[in-house]
Amino acid sequence: MEDAMLRLILLFPLAGFLFNAFLGKRAGERVVSWVGPASIFFSFATGVYFMSQLAGLGEHGYIRDVIFTWIASGEVSIPFSIVFDHLSGWMVLVVTGVGFLIHVYSIGYMHGDKGYYRYFAYLNLFVFMMLVLVLGSNLLLMFLGWEGVGLCSYLLIGFWFTEEERARAGMKAFIVNRIGDLGFILGIATLLWGSAVVSHPTVEFSQLQAVVPRLPEWVVLAATLLLFVGATGKSAQIPLYVWLPDAMAGPTPVSALIHAATMVTAGVYMVARMNFAYSAAPLAMDVVAGVGVATAFFAATMGLVATDIKKVLAYSTVSQLGYMFVGVGVGAYAGGMFHLTTHAFFKALLFLGAGSVIHGMSGEQDIRKMGGLKDKMPWTYRVFLIEGLALAGIPPFAGFFSKDEILFKAFASGHKLIWAVGIAAAFMTAFYTFRLIFLVFYNTPRYDESVHPHESPPVMIIPMAILAVLSFIGGFVLGFPHHSLIEAFMEGVFRHGVEIHGASGLEMGLMFLSTIVAVAGWAVAYRMYVVDTTLPEKIAQRFKAAYALLFNRYWVDEIYDTLFVKTYLGISDGIMRYIVDDVIIEGFLNTAARTSLGTGRQLRKLQTGDVQAYGFAMLAGVLLVLAYIVWRWAT
Amino acid sequence: MKLLTLLIMFPLVVSLIIMLVPRRYEGDVKFVAFVAAVIELILSLRLWYGIPEKGYAFVEQVAWVPAYGINYYLGVDGVSILLIILTTFLTTIAILASFKSIFLYEKEYYIAFLVLESAIIGSFSALNLVLFYIFWEMMLIPMVLIIGVWGSGNRIYAAVKFFLFTLVGSLLMLLALIYLGKLSLAQLGRVSFDLDDLLRLGIPVGVGKWLFAAFALAFAIKVPMFPVHTWLPDAHTEAPTAGSIILAGVLLKVGAYGFFRYGVPVYPDAAGALRWTFLILGLIAISYGAMLALVQKDLKRLIAYSSVSHMGFVVVGLFSSNQQAVDGAVMQMINHGLSTGALFLLVGMIYDRRHTRLIKDFGGLAAAIPLYSAAFVIVGLSSIGLPGLNGFIGEVLVVLGAFREHYLAGVFTAIGALLAASYMLWAIKRVFFGPITHDENRNLRDMSVREWVCVIPLIVLIVYLGLFPGRVLKIMKPATKHYLELAEFERTNWMAEHLKGIRFPAEESPHEHGGEGE
Repeated sequence: MEDAMLRLILLFPLAGFLFNAFLGKRAGERVVSWVGPASIFFSFATGVYFMSQLAGLGEHGYIRDVIFTWIASGEVSIPFSIVFDHLSGWMVLVVTGVGFLIHVYSIGYMHGDKGYYRYFAYLNLFVFMMLVLVLGSNLLLMFLGWEGVGLCSYLLIGFWFTEEERARAGMKAFIVNRIGDLGFILGIATLLWGSAVVSHPTVEFSQLQAVVPRLPEWVVLAATLLLFVGATGKSAQIPLYVWLPDAMAGPTPVSALIHAATMVTAGVYMVARMNFAYSAAPLAMDVVAGVGVATAFFAATMGLVATDIKKVLAYSTVSQLGYMFVGVGVGAYAGGMFHLTTHAFFKALLFLGAGSVIHGMSGEQDIRKMGGLKDKMPWTYRVFLIEGLALAGIPPFAGFFSKDEILFKAFASGHKLIWAVGIAAAFMTAFYTFRLIFLVFYNTPRYDESVHPHESPPVMIIPMAILAVLSFIGGFVLGFPHHSLIEAFMEGVFRHGVEIHGASGLEMGLMFLSTIVAVAGWAVAYRMYVVDTTLPEKIAQRFKAAYALLFNRYWVDEIYDTLFVKTYLGISDGIMRYIVDDVIIEGFLNTAARTSLGTGRQLRKLQTGDVQAYGFAMLAGVLLVLAYIVWRWAT
Repeated sequence: MKLLTLLIMFPLVVSLIIMLVPRRYEGDVKFVAFVAAVIELILSLRLWYGIPEKGYAFVEQVAWVPAYGINYYLGVDGVSILLIILTTFLTTIAILASFKSIFLYEKEYYIAFLVLESAIIGSFSALNLVLFYIFWEMMLIPMVLIIGVWGSGNRIYAAVKFFLFTLVGSLLMLLALIYLGKLSLAQLGRVSFDLDDLLRLGIPVGVGKWLFAAFALAFAIKVPMFPVHTWLPDAHTEAPTAGSIILAGVLLKVGAYGFFRYGVPVYPDAAGALRWTFLILGLIAISYGAMLALVQKDLKRLIAYSSVSHMGFVVVGLFSSNQQAVDGAVMQMINHGLSTGALFLLVGMIYDRRHTRLIKDFGGLAAAIPLYSAAFVIVGLSSIGLPGLNGFIGEVLVVLGAFREHYLAGVFTAIGALLAASYMLWAIKRVFFGPITHDENRNLRDMSVREWVCVIPLIVLIVYLGLFPGRVLKIMKPATKHYLELAEFERTNWMAEHLKGIRFPAEESPHEHGGEGE
């Protein structure tokens, strides 16, 4: 179905961005507080409207809006068109829904900031770009959104740009993402010219679906792997995850929206969107799942010892994104999207909760300097606890259902090793989640007397409460085993996913096991951080090397810095300084100039007035040659 | 008077008038020059409404020295129209940008710019090789003067270097040109330098290679291609702001245009044989320019090296055998003109305030002059090819086109975009973010109205062309298509080559798809 109204979903946030960017400063904080969230709300409402339209169109139904031809060159034509189907529509609701709540929360969090209007302008622009990414009907348009959200991430991480570290973190995020995008654009090129051979050049998802089965497998494999390189950048997977922990330098609501709930899940969404291609390249699927589970495990280990409240959550995000890739990598596309959704709820809330804690603690982020906040910030504690239970995978909270769905599908589809590593990571997840909760909210306070923790204002608490409800009920409502709403909803999109029937006994057993693992994580954390608080120190002393390895994050940043950054800089500098420009090229040309003139003078000394001599000599020479040619010609 | 002649003569006439202005009114000359540039811009927009579907429009042909085949023969196609409008547009901005920075020999300064404008428009519209050569040489003198007289620090050295490099190239071109005349006499029975006649010549491959090499060297120096680019950083660094804008914005394009209009079409065999050499030199330039840009300490030098990198895309595009790459190359020429022009303009503004261009003398400027910083960041992002801004369109078309030639060509062009992000964002971080490290930067003045008038049109175009490049791509299409027909490159298609022999299942989807757009 064609509907030109669909573009309204994009236009509301765009209008919000333009207003806040150009008039926001003059309009003042009050107006911006209305315009910013309202533009996202209208977008959300439009999304709900089209969702209802979609319901009448059947499982393969979609709503399309071709807005204009973006790039047309030769036989290649890339339209700027958007498609609202069961997958993109779902994602639109997640992005605008969670986005709206975080916009509201930001009103309180950013209150009084000098860059208030700028903040909302960026945030609106982010939602716009994210929606382009989600709704774009072709890979190139998705790429526009893909780099666009990266831009907003860059601007928002470095939002308080006067601090060197924050600006540096923003730059790092952008450049690391560009490494991934290099793969993404080459993947696009592969599919474009591959499809040109079998029919006509296209990167439209709907047309690729018909083209991909007719391509040889190596082309599909190359394309999907290249696109996945892009996903490892955007979704912070090994080896490009390094930017995400640093990205926590941005304002906390930004971490919630961009670096937890939406942007970082773009890679998962891309794989789900391209499911027909990934399913046609089993090796690529294995790579996706393998990288996913490795990241899930690896990031969780770093989460065990992190001491910055936001860093713990950042590693947790990297780890949870890994689970999502396991999901889409074993063919459980709906499962991946399910975890994406619940994660958007509970991780956004965890960040908002963390923001509330930081806000209440006047900017303190070190969990070693907190403790006992349970009574000072009761509402924050409650929502944080719900979120923690969801993240840790304790039933019946949302994370339990979605994570278990993925692990079960992995196990049932024969990826037993992946399942085992996933379970191990789940144990660590439960442990570091409760470690965080116990350190922040339990025991006696460890902060200075000058800090007076206080509860956050309602404008911050209410969005948190809504998200808390969602992450409480979201799991069993959306994805109750065998009655999964989300799976039924997206059935038309994911024709190539794994299908597992009649293994409910096995599934019950695995669920039981996961629950035990999660509870064990809680128990260990309780023992270490509530019962005997000297234990962590003792363990750290006992396993010094292992602790140092984790605490220093395996020195990956340092290794990358030496291996890539310093090397690249060094080579560039070397070329500049010693080799090409100054010696070889200049030297060669200067020598040529010298010999042609027969003088021993340096070119540099020509300033003294030898210009004329130089020019004259050259002119004379050329004239001689000319004269010769003319003479030869004439005779 | 016909339009193209008018466009060429009008700036010359105005410069004659300026010449007559007595010294004591010298301060008002800039207004005359500016008004003239605006009129010229408006006149040139008339071209937009006469874009030919094929061949050339606004043709003028007057015999000049018929015995030697030298005709006053002008005409434009889509590509030259776009470049002429870019020229008049950037010249207007360059002149406006000079108002508060040039106080010495103002008369001569503006005369130099107007003569330069006339020469550039002449080069873009000449269809007779000798006429083209005359305009080509005519560009040299005012530019050398602009650098040498109104430049900074080491200006004489830069001007001489620029002069010598360009002269060497163009003199070789002159020799080749004379040989071409001789060939035409032998083959057509008369001497002719008209492009149509040159295209009909059968040039022996052996000689053709040398002739092409002579032309190519002249054009390559202008572009500038690796490894004859070394004049560029010096010229840019020392030139006054407006000089850099015109130099980067349009003068470099005359080199690329030379390949497009004369170099490749006149010598299709030689160009075809040397195609991969040029393509690889373009690829080297992309990475090489970007790497050197990274380690520059002077902002203008950084932008100059980034130009080497960006013009590498143009070269890669022009020597590829598919429409996407050539379209991308032309698009990149326009985009580079806008983005790099804007970057030089912005650096000029900060230079006017602080009299330094060294990155280390700045830091934290975003807190002191937020609007200026925002403008710089937007332009910088366009320069690194952020989708949604103009730079992306040209780059992505070249990347896709190069990939079609050979996947490695695609990889190395795409790497250019990554490297660009590293030098530009690092520079932006050091100049604009972090704490303010120098007290002199604390109380800088933000953009003035005149400066906004310079920058806003550029930014509008940067955004507009990023989202709606359709019109421009459509305008250039007949010309770029014609170029590919003339170029007679062996069509390479890496993917098709490697999928050869594989039997595909029969076409499933019955509906026919129009790949050419609407």
